[in-house]
Amino acid sequence: MSQYILRRCLLAIPTLLVISFVLFAILALAPGDPMSQFALNPSVTAEVRENMKRALGLDQPWPIRYVKWLTAAAQGNLGYSFAAKIPVLTLIQQRIPQTLWVVGSAFLLALLVAIPIGVISAVKQYSVFDQIGTFFSFIGFSVPSFFTGLLLILIFAVKLGWFPIVYSSTLKVENWATFWQQVRQMALPVTVLLIQQTAALTRFTRSAMLDNIPMDYVRTARSKGLADHTVVIRHVLSNSLIPVVTLIALGIPAIFGGAIVTENLFRVNGIGALLITSINNSDTPVVMAITFIFAVLTVLFNLVADIVYGVLDPRVRYS
Amino acid sequence: MSERIIDAIPTVEPSAAVKQLEQHLSSTPRTLWGDAWRRFMRHRLALIGSVTLIFFFFAVYLGPLFYRVDPEALDFNALLSSPSLQHPFGTDDLGRDVLARCLYGGRISLAVGVMAMLIAISLGTVIGSVAGFFGGKTDQLLMRVVDLFLALPVLPLLLLTVYLFRVPVVKAFGPVFGIFLIVVTMIGVLAWMTTARIVRATFLSLKEKEFVEAARCVGIGRSSIMFGHILPNALSPIIVAATLEVGNAIITESTLSFLGVGFPPDTPTWGRLVTDGINYLQTAPWLALIPGALIFLTVLSINFMGDGLRDALDPRSRL
Repeated sequence: MSQYILRRCLLAIPTLLVISFVLFAILALAPGDPMSQFALNPSVTAEVRENMKRALGLDQPWPIRYVKWLTAAAQGNLGYSFAAKIPVLTLIQQRIPQTLWVVGSAFLLALLVAIPIGVISAVKQYSVFDQIGTFFSFIGFSVPSFFTGLLLILIFAVKLGWFPIVYSSTLKVENWATFWQQVRQMALPVTVLLIQQTAALTRFTRSAMLDNIPMDYVRTARSKGLADHTVVIRHVLSNSLIPVVTLIALGIPAIFGGAIVTENLFRVNGIGALLITSINNSDTPVVMAITFIFAVLTVLFNLVADIVYGVLDPRVRYS
Repeated sequence: MSERIIDAIPTVEPSAAVKQLEQHLSSTPRTLWGDAWRRFMRHRLALIGSVTLIFFFFAVYLGPLFYRVDPEALDFNALLSSPSLQHPFGTDDLGRDVLARCLYGGRISLAVGVMAMLIAISLGTVIGSVAGFFGGKTDQLLMRVVDLFLALPVLPLLLLTVYLFRVPVVKAFGPVFGIFLIVVTMIGVLAWMTTARIVRATFLSLKEKEFVEAARCVGIGRSSIMFGHILPNALSPIIVAATLEVGNAIITESTLSFLGVGFPPDTPTWGRLVTDGINYLQTAPWLALIPGALIFLTVLSINFMGDGLRDALDPRSRL
């Protein structure tokens, strides 16, 4: 088992290297001069601009800059933000908790909602419950997340006034009142991600359950005289969740994509919002760091999924 | 001799039951695609979805021939007017007719969906075929590339490339067509992996079959075996994946526009119209809601159609 985990971890490293290389190459080869913001400034002459470029190391060829970036990043130094004038890492450390809170709670809630719905839908296939569930999950993954967000804002924030429109990041949770405020302001962004996630997860769970229900081992369990819920939960569900784990991991980039949208819609100051502002400010070090962090998180979750898969299904360890 | 025997057989009136059976007999034999068509027609939601989709395509491409309102015509006497007979979808902040803009914008949104799908499907088909047919080292390498692409942060990468490369591309191809090219290419290039996996799996399971051996024996070339003999067997899952990909591409494009990195502001794609409408969410909600609903309905129809196609084309569900 430990050998399997080790092999998976070793495979993740080249993946990350290639991704960081691709990202860096895109940023470096893109037309446009990072110094162009000074081009119209009369007090910055062309000579000064050249000096600034040299001081920032931008006069070197980009493969060398990539190696430098990589060695620095490996030591935990992601560079300085052009716009905020502080280390990128500090900037990201300020922003990442909000993102992880919103994404994480949406994800957990989605699991809690989707798995029971998927199980019931599969056990009672073609029942009214199944049909309604299927219909809603189709709606869930057909609706763009910004549109769900807009609808929720319009209904629950503008018309009913139940939740705040804008996420206040200065709020500190100190007592029950502020905790309640935090829950209220998280409700809408979390719901948007929840709808997106639940739809896909319900479908995955349902079809995985349907694949397992006609299996021989299920018939064996039933003929042993086990209670219906024991068969469904202990036998069918635990086997059905194996492929679901992989599908969840493959969906991680989509969740972070959704987070970028919700953060911009609700003004949550997470790293998704930071990415958009940095792109608009041509703040290359921050853009590079955030896209890379998204890649790291994706690879990390894939790794976790692979390991969980290995634990759940011993066959994959030896292939 | 034999003719005389037949002549001798007395003609018997067929019984009522036989007549009833004869009604169900068709003179033409049942074919693969005929069966699929029949099953598809029985899937009610898929049918509704297809009709809606065809209606949207006609409305968007032929509608402007009948609804002769200039999407760019300003009318300062009717700013932000709510939906009425004169302006069925209302007008925006400059008095432009929203219906005309939605029809014009739909052309771009649907074209993005279809073109991105074609790119993704062709890439996926070629890569999947090569990996599955040649196997060995080629297969391993290509599958690593698939894993790599699956770990890429799709939305950040799209935002980045569109933002960084739009200036030279727009200079070379014009503002609308230039952005169209980058958006379509990037969405396609980041979405071929599922198709590649499906095609590869088909190739792996079929390349040792007798009919391939037979084709090889009669001296048919490698590419002809790949694309003429094996690939048609993967056609059904490819069609399903293609359908769903159109929906995904439409959502992705609208998300890009929503985040401000899509088509230029004066180009009314559906996503762009939603973004422009957000500022008037409280006073004129239809500005954002109508184009948003159009995206949603289109994608929902596409997904229902894909589901119907999956059921119709799956040989396991053959009656």
